Amino acid sequence: MFLARVSGVVVATVKHPHLVGRKLLLVTPEPTPGRPAPVEVIAVDSVDAGVGDRVVVADEGNTAAQVLGMPRGPVRTIIVGIVDHVDGPGQDGPEPGP
Amino acid sequence: MLFARVIGTVVCTEKVPAWRGQRLLLVETTDPAGTPAGGRPFAAIDLVSAAPGQLVFVVRGREAAVALANPENPADAAIVGLIDDVYRESPEGAD
Repeated sequence: MFLARVSGVVVATVKHPHLVGRKLLLVTPEPTPGRPAPVEVIAVDSVDAGVGDRVVVADEGNTAAQVLGMPRGPVRTIIVGIVDHVDGPGQDGPEPGP
Repeated sequence: MLFARVIGTVVCTEKVPAWRGQRLLLVETTDPAGTPAGGRPFAAIDLVSAAPGQLVFVVRGREAAVALANPENPADAAIVGLIDDVYRESPEGAD
């Protein structure tokens, strides 16, 4: 899993049946100092995340299948948590409230 | 899942039996606006009738293979949706 920021909403009318009815969000993985800028990816939302939220994203197919309660399909990137607080080096404490 | 643009078609008369009837397209990854990200183009199974020039999203890895009727196949990239729009909103503007 990695931490990321939700940066947008993706609209895709034509998609694989496995993804029908799922909210797709644009997520920007948190940058690592000294490394190239992370690639923005598309993630399925399972926790009602919104733009600006700091989230936990899993990028593994079996995880996605379990969370969605479906057999394995062409989905691997899924938002599995909204971050309230991270303690650790370089972290700035609680997220600002709504 | 990654943003990509379809840049060509791949025709293989002879291919693994599990891919029979499947279209293969050549794609390159892009940013959400469709600007090429600079990576090497790759072939992907087309699951949504995409066409050259379209902005799509692609799943890579094992999950590409499980989308086909026979999951025992060697696909490692599949096109799973056509991008209509990407809205970048400020947190304040989101509802």
